[in-house]
Amino acid sequence: MQTQVNESLARSFGLSAQEYNQMLAIMGRIPSFTELGVFSVMWSEHCSYKSSRVWLKQLPTKAPWVIHGPGENAGVVDIGDGLAAIFKMESHNHPSFIEPYQGAATGVGGILRDVFTMGARPIANLNALRFGSPDHPKTKRVVDGVVRGVGGYGNCVGVPTVGGEVNFHPSYDGNPLVNAMTVGIARKDRIFLSAAAGIGNPVVYVGSKTGRDGIHGATMASTEFTADSEDKRPTVQVGDPFTEKLLIEACLELMATDAIVAIQDMGAAGLTSSAVEMAGKGGVGIELDLDQVPARETGMSAYEFMLSESQERMLMVLRPDREQLARDIFQKWDLDFAIIGHITETGHIVVRHHGVTEVGIPLAPLNDQAPLYTRPTVDTPKQERLNPARVEDRLGLSRALEKLVGCPDLCSRAWVWDQYDSTVGGQTVKRPGAADAAVVKLEGLKRALALTTDCTPRYCLADPETGGAQAVAEAWRNLTAVGARPLAITDNMNFGNPEKPEIMGQFAAAIRGMAAACEALDFPVVSGNVSLYNETEGKGILPTPTIGGLGVLEDAASAVGLALPPWLDIVVIGATVGWLGQSLWLREVHGREDGAPPPVDLAAEKTNGDFVRTHILNGTIRACHDVSDGGILVALAEMAMASGIGARLWTHPRDIPGHAFWFGEDQARYLVAVPDHANFTRIAEAAGIPAVRLGTSGGQDLTLPDGGTISIAALREAHNRFFPAWMNDGTKKDTP
Amino acid sequence: MKAGIVIFPGINRERDMTIALQSSFGAAPHMIWHKDTGLPDGIDLVVIPGGFSFGDYLRCGAMAAHSPIMRAVAEHAAKGGYVLGVCNGFQILTESGVLPGALLRNASLRFLSMDCHLKVERADTAFTRQYHTGQTFRSILAHGDGNYFADDATLDRLEHDNLVAFRYATRTGTIAPEANLNGSARSIAGIFSPNLRVLGLMPHPEDLVDPLMGGTDGKPLFDALAAA
Repeated sequence: MQTQVNESLARSFGLSAQEYNQMLAIMGRIPSFTELGVFSVMWSEHCSYKSSRVWLKQLPTKAPWVIHGPGENAGVVDIGDGLAAIFKMESHNHPSFIEPYQGAATGVGGILRDVFTMGARPIANLNALRFGSPDHPKTKRVVDGVVRGVGGYGNCVGVPTVGGEVNFHPSYDGNPLVNAMTVGIARKDRIFLSAAAGIGNPVVYVGSKTGRDGIHGATMASTEFTADSEDKRPTVQVGDPFTEKLLIEACLELMATDAIVAIQDMGAAGLTSSAVEMAGKGGVGIELDLDQVPARETGMSAYEFMLSESQERMLMVLRPDREQLARDIFQKWDLDFAIIGHITETGHIVVRHHGVTEVGIPLAPLNDQAPLYTRPTVDTPKQERLNPARVEDRLGLSRALEKLVGCPDLCSRAWVWDQYDSTVGGQTVKRPGAADAAVVKLEGLKRALALTTDCTPRYCLADPETGGAQAVAEAWRNLTAVGARPLAITDNMNFGNPEKPEIMGQFAAAIRGMAAACEALDFPVVSGNVSLYNETEGKGILPTPTIGGLGVLEDAASAVGLALPPWLDIVVIGATVGWLGQSLWLREVHGREDGAPPPVDLAAEKTNGDFVRTHILNGTIRACHDVSDGGILVALAEMAMASGIGARLWTHPRDIPGHAFWFGEDQARYLVAVPDHANFTRIAEAAGIPAVRLGTSGGQDLTLPDGGTISIAALREAHNRFFPAWMNDGTKKDTP
Repeated sequence: MKAGIVIFPGINRERDMTIALQSSFGAAPHMIWHKDTGLPDGIDLVVIPGGFSFGDYLRCGAMAAHSPIMRAVAEHAAKGGYVLGVCNGFQILTESGVLPGALLRNASLRFLSMDCHLKVERADTAFTRQYHTGQTFRSILAHGDGNYFADDATLDRLEHDNLVAFRYATRTGTIAPEANLNGSARSIAGIFSPNLRVLGLMPHPEDLVDPLMGGTDGKPLFDALAAA
């Protein structure tokens, strides 16, 4: 009972007419139904990056500390002490809208596997979440499900969730973004790769059994949503974090031996993509017998086996003399272990089921002739610079500040963090909210990693090139603000429909900006993920190139947080012109989202950041916070709320309107607390770094330069109100 | 004092516990696999750490309570050996009947990961000797099911026999509803067995034994055990 393959069937599988003909040319015959399935997922946007590859090539990927850049399951960088950090960020946007809990949970599970498949023990998770307007009827349900899903999976596997971001915007009403990042640690001489080798070597399947869940998830992730998209729920997978935990322990135990030749997780497009990629990278062939695949249900077809996205599964090529050793380890952990095939010299993927050959595809053309599009682009029109003197200071400082610290994009995220285990592992030096980047120590060593995720999508919409550069610069700045040396990034490109020239134009420009920032800051891209077609009913999301940044501290004890200590001088590092275009002040006070976003001066980013890091590490700077959304005054309020210590502020420079000085979002700036401002600013000025004393810390109020006073208690009250009230949650919080 | 940590599949705070035990005991604890039927020779203290044993897809700790090793743990406790169960470990001890009561879903119905403060109810035990009675110390919560429950008769007996180890309190030591984060009966965070040799508690003292991680409020518990 085989369905006849033809062009119209291929189109319903997401292949274009041209791609269908290309497939016929490769096969030299009409492919089988299962073969069509293999082509359609391997050539889907999700797996082939057919619209984005030409642009991604522009990103800098090299540095002396980069061990493996893009192309492997995750990026690998040398962090010293003979160790490597392995990390990547990946989206699970489409599934998270359809089924928020499982979509988010399996997003966490998938990115964990990408990291431990390379031999790393995962030590930290982060996640960047973007939701629709809080007023939209679906947003609350999506937020609740996604947060529970992220926590449900991460808490159970025992990897601390240490950081991330949460933002709201109506453009995400029908397309929330769930970008999950995992960081792991391995010995740098024990990195496992996916290229298969060794003719005759066994191909081994381990982990959960295969069921009918998630079939064609990769294809779903490669189309726009319509009103009936929620009917696609069966394409979403179901996560089992307990099995994942066992899989981590069993794989790491096996990885301590010499049994593994190659290993890859089964992620999007399941068995198909892992088998095709492993054999393809190794330049060998692979033969699979589906009768050997552990199945959760009976009567599954070859097509279903090959396309299933059941979670918590891995594919390995083993040394033949180590089969028993490997089997014993997986049995100890009560996990399935099955030899389902072997490596061949044919250069083909051959799949048999019930004795019938269901798939016989040459791998080289399947990979090399995958579609590649240079889609047309249109530049985003530039917006004019907003003159701050012509925007009315409508609320004054203290009322505007109270409004800003309480707005959904700036209010306390404690309601979210408090549902994520951030301390398991016993190495979390800076928990969520304690510093600009999370700091996680390496067990048994002084060394620590600093981790952050960043993007300002409203800047990216107004000017994608500036926004792309800003996202990279802010990640670099957040790592710097704890005292870390930034090493590398992973990028998660979330955009709308690439077939629209204005969307492809956003993508191309964002890449240009990111590339310039990576180059200038010596901060290469080592892994990443692209999620396109984030549109519902033709309405696209804000362009969102999320950046996950990783840096290193030689001594965890030298990390600083943002909590303001008493009786210190507060100094802003970096030039302030009072840039109000695209600022949150403009949006929250005037209801306007316009003007050019703040320009990113990459040379200033570098010199200002290097200066700040030097003075954190030499002990001069006691607390540090980068100035971003909401400008100086919001940054200062966040520092004060973190410690409960207030400050008295001086007047601002006369040549800038007060509201622009205190709420403008000029880039490349840091607020620092130092004991002796005179000496500090003199050193800064000698180095050509703008440094202005803003005031002195102490007391329990923020005394503003216009004479207004606001207590830290009142600020906290405003800051903590939104989430619990909005979610109608009775959670009690003991304020520390 | 020789310590061993029981490893059930899905346990995930064994590394934290190892660090805490090692820093106080000077020696690394033994790792004991749940399928083992006996404890290694000479073990004085059995620790059941936190995590999600068997995924906790059934009631938390219910599956682990039936693992082969639990018979040996119960015998060890019956003979007067020391047992410490933290978080999932506390749940496993109640599920296996070593300690009374049960841990229900948090009253908020959400996972809670945050600092809490614990009031020491008695300082004359092997676990609490380096605190003093009435002292409040900081600890970390990380659980979805930490809402201690028992019938009134059991709670009355626990209080009458002075077997409550810790209660949730404000930073200044007041027992109050707003400090009882998970909704536990009578703010109970941990309890002793009648012979004071078994302690089960929900918060994680093992995660605050190093100033770098935010404090050392949990260290006296392990120091006291090392000296017992």
